[in-house]
Amino acid sequence: MAAPKDEKPGWFDDWGNVKKLLRIFYVVCGLLFLVDFLYHRHALTEWEGFYGFYPVYGFVACVVLVLVAKQMRKVLMRDEDYYERERDDD
Amino acid sequence: MEFALPPFLPFFLGALVVAVLRGRVQAGVAILVPILGFANLWFGMPGAPETLQILDFTLVLVRADELAMLFGWLFHIAAFIGLVYSSHLRDTTQQVAALTYAGSALGAIFAGDFITLFIFWELLAVSSVFLIWARRTPRAIAAGFRYLLINVFSGVILLAGALVHLWETGSLEFSYIGLEAGLAGWLILLALGVKAAFPFLHNWLTDAYPEATPTGTVFLSAFTTKVAVYALARAYPGTELLIYIGGAMAMFPIFYAVIENDLRRVLAYSMINQIGFMVCGIGIGTALALNGAVSHAFNDVIFKGLLMMSMGAVLHMTGRINGSELGGLYKSMPITTVLCIVGAASISAFPLFSGFISKSMVMQAAMDEGYPVIWLALLFASAGVFHHAGIKIPFFAFFAHDSGIRTTEPPLNMLLAMGVSAVLCIGIGSYPDVLYGMLPYEAEYHPYDWSHVITQTQLLFFSALAFVWLNLTGRYPPELPSVNLDAEWFYRRLAPRAVGGVVATLVAAHAVLDRFGQRQMDRAVAFVEHHHGPEGYFARTWPTGSMVALVALVLVASLVFYLA
Repeated sequence: MAAPKDEKPGWFDDWGNVKKLLRIFYVVCGLLFLVDFLYHRHALTEWEGFYGFYPVYGFVACVVLVLVAKQMRKVLMRDEDYYERERDDD
Repeated sequence: MEFALPPFLPFFLGALVVAVLRGRVQAGVAILVPILGFANLWFGMPGAPETLQILDFTLVLVRADELAMLFGWLFHIAAFIGLVYSSHLRDTTQQVAALTYAGSALGAIFAGDFITLFIFWELLAVSSVFLIWARRTPRAIAAGFRYLLINVFSGVILLAGALVHLWETGSLEFSYIGLEAGLAGWLILLALGVKAAFPFLHNWLTDAYPEATPTGTVFLSAFTTKVAVYALARAYPGTELLIYIGGAMAMFPIFYAVIENDLRRVLAYSMINQIGFMVCGIGIGTALALNGAVSHAFNDVIFKGLLMMSMGAVLHMTGRINGSELGGLYKSMPITTVLCIVGAASISAFPLFSGFISKSMVMQAAMDEGYPVIWLALLFASAGVFHHAGIKIPFFAFFAHDSGIRTTEPPLNMLLAMGVSAVLCIGIGSYPDVLYGMLPYEAEYHPYDWSHVITQTQLLFFSALAFVWLNLTGRYPPELPSVNLDAEWFYRRLAPRAVGGVVATLVAAHAVLDRFGQRQMDRAVAFVEHHHGPEGYFARTWPTGSMVALVALVLVASLVFYLA
């Protein structure tokens, strides 16, 4: 199915719009990081109360998650019809 | 509590009525059933459990304490939403299966003894499998059989455990069991663990749910696993082993979810991840942790249902569900996109959305009770769930690159069902006291303090930042048409192969025996032919002659015996 030619491009089709959105997102992230220095947090433990703990943990966790998952593909990924094909072979 | 009817009965009767109706009337009556059932619960009076005498046993058909009532309300809401969502269907099989399935789930949570629980436990499996088979593809039928086998097997273990328990204690009461109960405790835990999708026992879920019909998966995701969570909360609160099982469940599926292509299978993995939080809370076992576990179950049914519905709508309208084939649908399905994002925000536990007010109870309890490593694992899982369910699902379906697919919004009933769920997600998240008032245990908890709101927002925004960074730098793994090996490999590949090997040996052995038998048979035939064939002695006389010869022989024999 191809997109009709006379269609108006969607808002997200314009990379400039996405860039603007991302810029706002980066600023919010920066502010959220700085907030840690501005308010008194009820820390659950000493290490959890450290400045920037949650932002750093969230970022690192997701990067680790994706990179490990990517490596898992090398071991675990098979063709889509892996299980069906086996049945036909037998 | 005492009800006019046992809560499961309106659904079973409704299923009978719906079976003979057709068309719009059928759909309308089906939607009425959970409403009537809800009224039945609403007008319940405080009273004794309802019992039934069979043989020497007292079966407790309805025991409605606060824990059971919470799930009772929840299952009525879930059934209502699911039936509205599927009301465009003209498929009697699915309507009857859905009502029977919802009724069985209610029967199981109100069951006060193990025999009643067992009956509904099996009915859950037998009724729900039709929602998978109703897809009517070879793949769905095969997945349905695997689903049925494993779930019925879970019931058999449950029955075995219950009988051992009866033998040891003389009681069939469905209440706290714990692992102190020895063999019975382990058997029942295993049975519940299969249905709750414990690690290595989980693949029936990720195998079958994505193969069910677009509407069927919505029902499936609501009931079976939540019945198991309820049963665990009832029979195993404070069982330390569950903390670690729950931690593992919260962790490992998110890795699979990242590389999975079928978006409904991504949600199936994400479901195990969410059940992990609940199982963990049950294992911790304090009032706060248990409240967290059951309230998270409540929220999960609604937000996971919403996500499943939005993906079901995509599948229904485009016929596709693989991330690799979708993208750019926000242009043709803007309302579905927004509703999906509400579900995504809820499962990710954004402030003001439902996940925020329940998940954190379990995490708080983990820290309070001295499990910092588990707390870190759950925090990892929280970031991860945002990553795969919160971002990946809406991103690859509705944004990413333009797949060129042009479609329209799904039927109005689907939008309405999703709308009701979205309102509930935001309502519960913004006014948590309604849900908190229904929780079964006494525990003070205030989700909305600055520290919690800010730290959670930080966690989520920086998880999103990681997604953006990985995507822009080309490090994010692309969606690929593929299958990822999981524990199911053992029974879908290794076992058939092993059985294939055994069968081949048996076939060879059979051939040898066959040849041996053939030789013996040939010899027997030759023997008969020698005596009775054209050249044989008995062929020379008439059959009467043979008879006279035989009679003479018998007479001689009897004479010999008489004289002897």
